[in-house]
Amino acid sequence: MIKFKEYIKPKTIEDAYNLLTTKNAEIIGGGAFLRLSNRKIDVAIDLIDANLNFINEINDSVEIGSMVTISEFEENPVLSKLYNGFLKNVSETVLSFQMRNIITVGGTLYPKYGFSDLITALLVLPTEVYLYKSGKFSVEDFLKTRLEHKDILAKIVIKKENLKTSFQYIRNSEYDFSILNVAVSKGNEVKIAVGGRPAVAQLAYKTMQFLHGKDLNEEIIKEAAKMVSEEIPFADDIKASKEYRKKVCEALVKRALLEVM
Amino acid sequence: MKINVTINNEKKELEIAPDDILLDVLRRYGYHSVRRGCDTGMCGICTVLLDGKPVPSCSIFAARVDGHEITTVEGLPEAKELAKILAEEGADQCGFCSPGLIVNTVYLKKLKIKKIEEVKIKLIGNLCRCTGYVGQHRAIEKFLGVEK
Ligand SMILES: Cc1cc2nc3c(=O)[nH]c(=O)nc-3n(C[C@H](O)[C@H](O)[C@H](O)COP(=O)(O)OP(=O)(O)OC[C@H]3O[C@@H](n4cnc5c(N)ncnc54)[C@H](O)[C@@H]3O)c2cc1C
Ligand code: FES
Ligand code: FES
Repeated sequence: MIKFKEYIKPKTIEDAYNLLTTKNAEIIGGGAFLRLSNRKIDVAIDLIDANLNFINEINDSVEIGSMVTISEFEENPVLSKLYNGFLKNVSETVLSFQMRNIITVGGTLYPKYGFSDLITALLVLPTEVYLYKSGKFSVEDFLKTRLEHKDILAKIVIKKENLKTSFQYIRNSEYDFSILNVAVSKGNEVKIAVGGRPAVAQLAYKTMQFLHGKDLNEEIIKEAAKMVSEEIPFADDIKASKEYRKKVCEALVKRALLEVM
Repeated sequence: MKINVTINNEKKELEIAPDDILLDVLRRYGYHSVRRGCDTGMCGICTVLLDGKPVPSCSIFAARVDGHEITTVEGLPEAKELAKILAEEGADQCGFCSPGLIVNTVYLKKLKIKKIEEVKIKLIGNLCRCTGYVGQHRAIEKFLGVEK
């Protein structure tokens, strides 16, 4: 059980940051994951009142505050239509509707959970992550960067481009964590991300380079799918073995590439 | 610490600990229709409306709802109609899952959701250990007027 002595709802991200860096404190996004941990902290900093629950369409981008819940990808008129409902479809695979009504964009991205479905999907879209102190990162760089100090995820910005997209996953049941997930986007370039490896999602750079300038056809797709499964590192966990993930990866990448062909 | 919450349209001042979970607080104050199943956000049995939206009360800190509105099944006038249809369709066995299911389904009615695929996506988190779901689905489809 998680225990804390004080529960504070700061009115600004600045106040939240000051608390975070001066006390034994932890940020609460949705609280859904934190609530399952077994820890003692002094101060819980709930961001609910810190004005981070915004969705703004600005020119060719959408900015999404870190306290926006995942269900907004299915309910908000702007987010649900983004990339022809790509993020709506991905979000609807995450947990239950009730849980999606509390889990947040910040709580999904900041901890870089390996099982995350949304992280894999965002990796193939032009997405930027804004941290209060450390500034702006592409989602790809954010996932690779080890922050030197605690920070607060303020918002993400997704650029609207003309991309074809596909998301594939395998689960033991509809309601479980992904054993493996794959996202692909295709504009001028093809992007391929693999998550649930079980480590956090990453892009398949070598294969993306191999596909550069090529037209997708069934032969090339077959070759690319095999390449991804050889390039991406997998590991064993309670859900699946490394070898199983490798085989599944090849099949999912093939399906995803065929969808965007 | 004290929090002020409107529960089923009644203003309440509740005494809580900073790390109390909403489900525990609601049950402590007598809202026994809100039940504990998995306690990890996976079964939907503890569902209540927070500012009108279905949420799992087992996964929310009570301190968060200070100044907000909670509705349990008792606060939903439409609940009686759905409960009646559930009984008619033989969709209750032990009935433990019913309050959470009813709260979530009444929300779908407010949104006028009538497509079966969408209904399934929104109700996937309401587990039932007894019925096998078939009777529940018949009742829910009737209540929502699902398009055939
Ligand atoms: C039972 C269960 C099953 C799940 N299954 C899936 C699944 O199948 N697929 C999937 O994609 N996800 C799944 N998730 C994860 C879920 O999508 C969220 O990632 C998770 O619940 C965290 O979101 P939260 O908003 O509740 O964050 P919290 O629990 O509040 O926080 C998680 C961590 O992030 C930190 N944090 C939160 N917000 C910020 C911020 N703005 N800035 C800095 N740090 C922050 C917190 O301090 C904490 O360390 C599951 C979660 C649970 C509890
Ligand atoms: S008790 Fe809350 S979801 Fe199961
Ligand atoms: S009727 Fe028993 S759990 Fe649903």
